[in-house]
Order: sequence, then C-alpha cells, then structure tokens
Amino acid sequence: MLHYALKRLGVAILVALTVSMVTFSLLHLTGDPAMALAGESATEADIENIRHVYGYDRPFLVQYVSWLGNALRGDFGRSHYLKTEVASVIFKRLPTTMILGGCALGFALLLSIPLGVLAAIRPNTIVDRIALSIAVVGQALPSFWFALILIFWFGIEWRLLPITGTASWRNFIMPSVALGYYVTPAVMRLTRAGMLEVLASDYIRTARAKGLRPGVVLFKHALRNAIIPVVALAAVQFGFMLGGSIVIETIFAINGLGFLAWESIQRADLPMMQAIVLVLACFYIVLTFLADMLNAFLDPRIRVA
Amino acid sequence: MSPPSAIDAATTGTIASAAQILEPSPAVLLRRRVFGHAGITIGATVLLVIFVVALLAPVLSPYDPLAQDLTQRVIPPVWHEAGTWAHPLGTDQFGRDYLSRLMYGARISLLIGFVAMLISGVIGTTLGVAAGYFGGRVDMVVNFIITTRLSMPVVLVALAVVSLVGNSLWIVIWVLGLLIWDRFAVVMRSSTQQVRNLDYVAAAKALGCSTVRILMSEIMPNIVNNLIVVATIEVAHAVLLEAALSFLGLGVQPPAPSWGLMVSEAKGMMFFDPWLIGIPGAALFAMVLSINLLGDGLRDVTAPENRN
Repeated sequence: MLHYALKRLGVAILVALTVSMVTFSLLHLTGDPAMALAGESATEADIENIRHVYGYDRPFLVQYVSWLGNALRGDFGRSHYLKTEVASVIFKRLPTTMILGGCALGFALLLSIPLGVLAAIRPNTIVDRIALSIAVVGQALPSFWFALILIFWFGIEWRLLPITGTASWRNFIMPSVALGYYVTPAVMRLTRAGMLEVLASDYIRTARAKGLRPGVVLFKHALRNAIIPVVALAAVQFGFMLGGSIVIETIFAINGLGFLAWESIQRADLPMMQAIVLVLACFYIVLTFLADMLNAFLDPRIRVA
Repeated sequence: MSPPSAIDAATTGTIASAAQILEPSPAVLLRRRVFGHAGITIGATVLLVIFVVALLAPVLSPYDPLAQDLTQRVIPPVWHEAGTWAHPLGTDQFGRDYLSRLMYGARISLLIGFVAMLISGVIGTTLGVAAGYFGGRVDMVVNFIITTRLSMPVVLVALAVVSLVGNSLWIVIWVLGLLIWDRFAVVMRSSTQQVRNLDYVAAAKALGCSTVRILMSEIMPNIVNNLIVVATIEVAHAVLLEAALSFLGLGVQPPAPSWGLMVSEAKGMMFFDPWLIGIPGAALFAMVLSINLLGDGLRDVTAPENRN
C-alpha cells in the first residue's frame, strides 16, 4: 500500500508541475502581458518600460522558474488590476466556491444515489426508464440556460428564492441545483451499474437465503459495496465542479473563485488567471489522488496492479 | 420450353426454407436493431431536421439574420396575442427576425461541434491507440498526458486562451478541439487494449504486416464502433461548451447568431420577454439531446457490453 501510495504521489506531483508549466506557457505565449497591461493608448516606450519593470523581458524559462519558486512558497505575485497579493484574494474567495461546490455535490448525491438504487432494484421497468430519462435530460441541459430558467421561475415568477449574492443559505439553493444537476447523470449511472453487479453476486444471494430482511440486504450488504466507486467518482466530480462553477457563479453573482476568474479574464489580469487555474488544477489532482487511495484501500486488487 | 417442373418447385421450396432456417445476416440484424431503437430513431430524426435546416438556412430563413429593423423590436412569437406570422418566433431587441437567427445559429453550433470533434478525435485517437497498442512506456506517457489534461479546468482555460488570443469562430473551434480529446484517448486506449492480443492481430503480425498496416486494417476497424459513439458524445460536448463560452461573451462574437450568444443578449430582458431566452435555449437543448440519444443508442446497438 505504501509503495502504491508513494508512486501515485510522485505522479500527482509531476502532473501538478506539468500543469503549472502548461498554463504558464499558454497564458504567456498566447498574449503579450505587457501590451495588455499598458492598454491601448500606450506608446512603444511605455510597453518596453512595463516589460522591464514586470520582468517580462527575461528569458521565458527564467520567468517560469521564478514564478514557480514563488508559487511554491504561496506567493503568486500581485494582481495587475487589484494591486494586491493574488494569494490573499484567492484565499478570501475560495471558501465561497467550496461551499457552493459542496452543496452542489450534496444535491447531486441526494438525487442520484436513491435514483440509481431504485433503477437497479427494478431494472428495465418504468422506474428505471424514468431514472434513465432524468440522466439523459440532465446531460443535455445547458447549465447556464437551466440556471436562467431556475431564476425565472423560483426567483421572479414565484419569488421564492433570492437570485443574486451570498447573503444567506437560501442564496445557495439555486446555484447548487444548477451546478449539481450536471453531474447527477454520471453518478446515477454508476450507482445503478454498481448495484446491478453487486445484487447479482453470490454473497447477496447468501444474505437473502439466510433470511435477512430485504432492507438490510439492500443497504448493509449491497449499497455499501456498490458505493465505493461512487465515492471516488464524487471526489473527481467535485474537482470538475470547482472548475465549472465559473458559469454558475457569473450568473448568480456569487463572489467565489469562478467569478474572480471571470473578472480576471475580463481585466486581462494574468497573474490572477494563472494562479486560479493552478489552484483549481491542484484541487483536482489532490481529489483524484485521494479517490485513488480510497479505492486502493477498499479494494486490495488495485494496489498490486 | 417445358412448364416449371415439380423438381423446380421443390428446389425453390428448399431454398426458401433454407433461407428461413438460416439466421439473418449480421447486417440485417444490425439494421433491425438500429431502426427498432427508439432513441436512435428520435435522435436521428431531430438531428436530421436540424441539419437540413442549417444547410438550407439561406433558402429557408425568411429574413437576413443580421438585418436590424428598429421599428419591429421585441415582437413576441406567433402563439402570443401580440405575435404575428410575419415573424413566427418574434424579433429581438434590434428587430432581427428570431427564426432566421435560430436557423443560422444551428449552422454555427453544428460547424463548431463537428470540427472541434474532428480535431479532438484525431488527437485523442492517435494518443489512445498508440497507448493501447504499444503499452509499456508509451502507455505511461499517454496516461500522464491524459491526467494532466484532465486536471486543467476546461471552461476556464478555454476562456483565458480565447480572451488572450482574441476571439473568432475558428479560434474557438481550435481551442475546444485541442482541449476535449481526453474521452477519445481514454476510450480508444481501453478498446485497443481489448483487441490487441486477439488472434487475428497475432496472425497479421506473424504474416509480417507492418505496424501501420496492423493498426489501420486490424485494430481500427474493430474499435471504430466505440470511436463513433465517443464522436457523437463529443459533438454534443463541444456544442455545449461553445454555447457556454459565447454566453460568457468569449466565444462567437456578436452579431453572429450563436445560440449561446442569443441567450446571453436576451438575459437582461428575460423578466418581460422570457421567450427570448427560452427559444434559443430550447433549440440548444433539443440539439444536444438528439445527439446524445443517437450516441447512447449507437452504443446500445453496436457495443451493448459497454452500456451502464
């Protein structure tokens, strides 16, 4: 187990470094940061000056290494627009996005796991079909459009929920639904497939033959085993949701990391964009690492491979 | 010329019953499964309609999608009391005919969806097949590249790059194509792993076929089913991503009638004229849903073992 964990950890660190290099090069090579900073009315001399002051005239690799060195110490530089420490701004915005992501994941699991279990108990019946169509519809629903529909009905027509901001927990309901709905199909399908497989296994038959109550068999014996891959998937999906929350946060004006990313893109705030991409990528890497570990811990076969 | 003899009749009879006893050919079976599948029928029909409308948009659309008429602003669709048949789906805040914009919008969505899928398909399939066939170190490297790509948030990276490079239709297509190849790579890798140790591949190797030939005429034909399924799913994925980018103002630029952009432009008016966001959103939903139904259906029919 330790050997496996160390190996996975090494890969995770290598992936993080590669991501940092790719994002740094992507953002530095596709645009001219000095030109973006200087604005449209700047002269050639102004741009040259900015290039020098910010160190954009140094060789590319030197810039990357110095940026990475600082980033490893938690220093992502200063925002071009806000003129404050990038790290502190991100740190301030991060909890909001985490809360949103957590609520969205909670919603997704509450909806998809029961549906998946129901579909697996009664495969190829009307229940199964309904669950499947919810999944199919969910995959095709554009999240921004779904969010606007929610706003229209729950926010404006029925005046049930606030439509912008983060003032109270009620502000998080619609964004969580809009963000979480998108991952429901994947979780539901996996729950259903896992349950179908487990329910057909020998130990379930034994449990039933022993005369255990159906509820006990279903939840204590079957679901417990079927849920393992779902937990791993949920961790990975949580990482995806943090990255995807940019659309939802923009629509609901939620002051999280996604909204910050969108603002920074509008302002061509390069240090901020870089840092946000890297932070989100690292979250994803950590979550997949944890999911791998969980899987390996619960299923010894994986460790050997 | 003698009349048909009893022997002739007996022979034809035997042939007919032999044909009845024999199983229908695989092609016939496949055709039956395809046309008997509700998802495929519905998905393909809707998609075909959208495709024809997009193709014939210049002929079918009643107006120029970009022509503004400030005397005809925000006319509701025909099913409203104030609606008129002159503009069946109404007009937007600049007096542009919504039906015409919707038709031309289908062209943008389909173009971006297909071309981005082709780009990502070439990248992902190359990586996936190479990893699956060669295994070992190649597999390790490709796996690493896939993991790296998966850790980068797609929407965010696409937005950032588009905002820096400048946005045009083709830049959006290329950025999406270069970003969404991960599913191709993952599925092609595992599909190749499944067939690479089969007897016919070993036979081709024993015959001394070149690697390229083995990949092209032994491996590819046997994984093309899965390739088609992923390709459909990725068209839908690219269409949704383009709409999201355009919605956020960093995809297709105005005045082009992208559906995502139409929703975005009408956002401020949704309180009074909700159909302005309802119509393009519903069109987007219908297109993605039909592509997904087709993709799911094709998977059921061609590779039932991959169903989940």
